[in-house]
Amino acid sequence: MRVIVTSTGPTIDSPMDPRFGRAEYFLIIDTDTMKTTAIDNASRHASGGAGIAAAQAVIDAGVDALVTGHLGPNALNVLRDTKIALYEGHQTTVAENLNQLKAGQLKTVTSSGPSHMGQGGGMGQGRRGGQL
Amino acid sequence: MRIAVLSGKGGTGKTTVAASLALVTANSQYIDCDVEEPNGFLYLKPEFSRSSVVKVRVPQIDESVCTHCGACARICQFNALAVTPKRVLTFSELCHHCGACSLVCEAGAITEVDRRIGVIEADAVGFAVQGRLDVGEPVGIPILEDLKIWIEPGRTAILDCPPGASCAVVHSLEDCDYAILVTEPTPFGLHDLKIAAELVKTMGIPAGIVLNKAGKDNSIIETYCTEQNLPILLEIPYSRKIATDYSNGILPVQASSEWAYRFGELAARLPKVAQAVKT
Repeated sequence: MRVIVTSTGPTIDSPMDPRFGRAEYFLIIDTDTMKTTAIDNASRHASGGAGIAAAQAVIDAGVDALVTGHLGPNALNVLRDTKIALYEGHQTTVAENLNQLKAGQLKTVTSSGPSHMGQGGGMGQGRRGGQL
Repeated sequence: MRIAVLSGKGGTGKTTVAASLALVTANSQYIDCDVEEPNGFLYLKPEFSRSSVVKVRVPQIDESVCTHCGACARICQFNALAVTPKRVLTFSELCHHCGACSLVCEAGAITEVDRRIGVIEADAVGFAVQGRLDVGEPVGIPILEDLKIWIEPGRTAILDCPPGASCAVVHSLEDCDYAILVTEPTPFGLHDLKIAAELVKTMGIPAGIVLNKAGKDNSIIETYCTEQNLPILLEIPYSRKIATDYSNGILPVQASSEWAYRFGELAARLPKVAQAVKT
């Protein structure tokens, strides 16, 4: 099985990144061989639609499953349209999440979290001075 | 002549200055470019009798001919499209209406359709014109472009810009002859004045300052203006009377003949200062 896990670093020892669209890395792992490919998430700095772009990247990677923290409503809409299994990971390392996935201990994602979850305060948002 | 009123910082007095100027200037037009939250009408109290809907062109996918090649999603710079093996999802609120997706679609599966994002309203004589972005819409730029169509040649247009120095302000400033930067003698006021001053300088638009909420010591702004060679055109004191009137929908020029005279003087000077900087 090929899995994408959102990650804060390029190796499976890195903590899982709870953000989806604005995750630092996507780690593509073949769970049979444990061969890992790290993709730098270029769209994490997008001013909008980062979750959609990330969902597209997951589709384009041709994986069977995704493990992440929070999926926004737009990203979930895109991924629901595919056969990719969606799992809610835990705030531990990517490797630990993979073990839990294999052991069937991860919950599947059923609903989306709030939008703009992984977006820092005001980042990419138009500013209305004095009315923040 | 087109005069933009901007500030960077919100709440410094853009609307006070822009609406007051419009009232005392002969044959003027007040154009409210703060399409996210137009508020000039609170003071000018126009009767909007004309309106036009602002529409943008967004992609519509014909799934019967779509090959799901993904070219549209790849070309989109705003992540407004996603291509799954089954269909193409469009997120029209993220779309910037550039049309690139339909250009790259080899299957011819994309047509562009109208989508309403807001409205322009004007009174019968075109003195008060405002753009209003619909609730929930994120991009107001197309409304600003449509607003400019309502500016009549030969009249003095006063453009009340949105706060900040973002795309919306840049679009409002385009084609303006002069910029009035409204500020206040606070560190925050100065900080945002610097950004606004840099913006108009970059765009090659001559500018002057209106110092609002002026107190005993305004050196924080005055020093900067001297350094930058920015004339202070008018000072409005920090006054409870002005603030109370404003909260009741009354502008200083409506409340007192003194302020009507001072703004009138400013209006009369503007064509000269704008010209002087140009030559």
